[in-house]
Amino acid sequence: MNLLGIIEEIEKADPEFQDRISPRRAAIKNITSFGSKVAVAALPFALGSLMKKAYGQTATPSVNDVLNYALKLEYLEAAFYNAGVASNITFSATEKSYLVTIQGHENEHVVFLKSVLGSAAVAQNTQGINGTYDFTAGGTFNDVLTNADTFFAVAQAFEDTGVRAYKGQAGFLVGNQTVLTAALDIHSVEARHASAIRQIRRTRGASGTKPWIVGANDTGIAAVNNNYVGEDNVLQGGVTITSLNGVGGKISGAAATGAFDEPLTSAQVVALVAPFGVK
Amino acid sequence: MKTEAQFENADVNMARRSFLHYAGAGMAALSVLSAASCKKDHSKPQMTTGIDIGATGDLAILNYAYALEQLEAAFYINVAAHMYTGASDDEIALLTDIRDHEVAHREFFKAALGTHAIQALTPNFSSINFSSRASVLGAAKAFEDTGVSAYNGAGYLLKSADYLLLAGKIVSVEARHASYIRDLISPSSFADSTVIDSNGMDKPQSIAQVLAIANGYLTTKVSAINYGYKAY
Repeated sequence: MNLLGIIEEIEKADPEFQDRISPRRAAIKNITSFGSKVAVAALPFALGSLMKKAYGQTATPSVNDVLNYALKLEYLEAAFYNAGVASNITFSATEKSYLVTIQGHENEHVVFLKSVLGSAAVAQNTQGINGTYDFTAGGTFNDVLTNADTFFAVAQAFEDTGVRAYKGQAGFLVGNQTVLTAALDIHSVEARHASAIRQIRRTRGASGTKPWIVGANDTGIAAVNNNYVGEDNVLQGGVTITSLNGVGGKISGAAATGAFDEPLTSAQVVALVAPFGVK
Repeated sequence: MKTEAQFENADVNMARRSFLHYAGAGMAALSVLSAASCKKDHSKPQMTTGIDIGATGDLAILNYAYALEQLEAAFYINVAAHMYTGASDDEIALLTDIRDHEVAHREFFKAALGTHAIQALTPNFSSINFSSRASVLGAAKAFEDTGVSAYNGAGYLLKSADYLLLAGKIVSVEARHASYIRDLISPSSFADSTVIDSNGMDKPQSIAQVLAIANGYLTTKVSAINYGYKAY
């Protein structure tokens, strides 16, 4: 399938085609570069989505908007773990190995998203102050890079919020096999990380913290209340989960909230990460 | 326990349905697969019990998820009812949490799908030694990793943003489970290269790949003929 050929044909019929899709020009280019990573069969899907964006009356963010939003969050996470691993915090060998694994993934996510976005990628040095973040969030977490407990608390908030952020974007990528699947594949890795950080905190003494989110803010840290707003939802797709039969009675509120993670809108997430310098 | 009773009942129902089918009595509930098979070969009665997730579309994908959640719920109900030797209090508490999550997922799909839901499936856990920690956790890891790869691989097939969001709400919890189970087996293996690629991304799997694994733990075989997979 010759995608660029098709676009040329469209341009013959509609000379303004490039203008219509102008903000997404990079996306077209990247669909072709994506081709090496995914089956060619995926292209009609991507093209269909592109056509909808060019001619449809949609107010949804473009694919590039979604990807750049993700990239900004990944820049933050990668820099955070880079700083943590390089800090003088004393981590146990196990903790260190968890962090190095997560650090690797976050940096890989950055590389991946940048490669997909190409020249449309937001530059890292537009974030924070010349690319440097304030991991204390304006003094809220003053000892984040000297105190392991604070570091893990912020890490947990980042991971749980990252999961929520990706989840909130999925609806804008419906049917887009290539980009949606990539976003889902990152989303679940962030969830694995969130679980791992929560396991560490549990081992370190935060006994109320489980690998999954129970109720709303279960971290014991009031400063991150807003990161967990809505996580106590028990109504899913019109079904009240706590009205369903579980083992030995109705499903508990703890199980109902633990069993479903909740999304956040980009506006909510941007407000949460702005104090760290994300723009 | 109620849920165990459900599975026992499901056994009886399956036996009855198979009998009726074999006897040629037929039932409205008979699967698309059986109907399709009958069309192709009128002379041969279908001996194997099985179902199909149905015509392509969101209902099929939701039923696919429902099938996997049934399997996971049945597995953890067994785990929690016969906890393996040497389980710590923390393991018991968290594995019981996971059981409750999977039951919540199963019951959610059942309620949400209503009359469109596939039947209760009969699991076959004969390959798992429930008194062995290694056997149970190894199976749990397989179920959780497979669940994550299944949702990731099928997400793009959903046309409804609402259903996609619901799948997203569940898959991240499966990933949290997978991470925990993996670390129980081997600390820091929560996202190792057996499931994560060089881009730091979970490796998705197709419906055919996932059902081939799931059917290894099912007496009621699940097919997805319209997605290119036939169990028998």
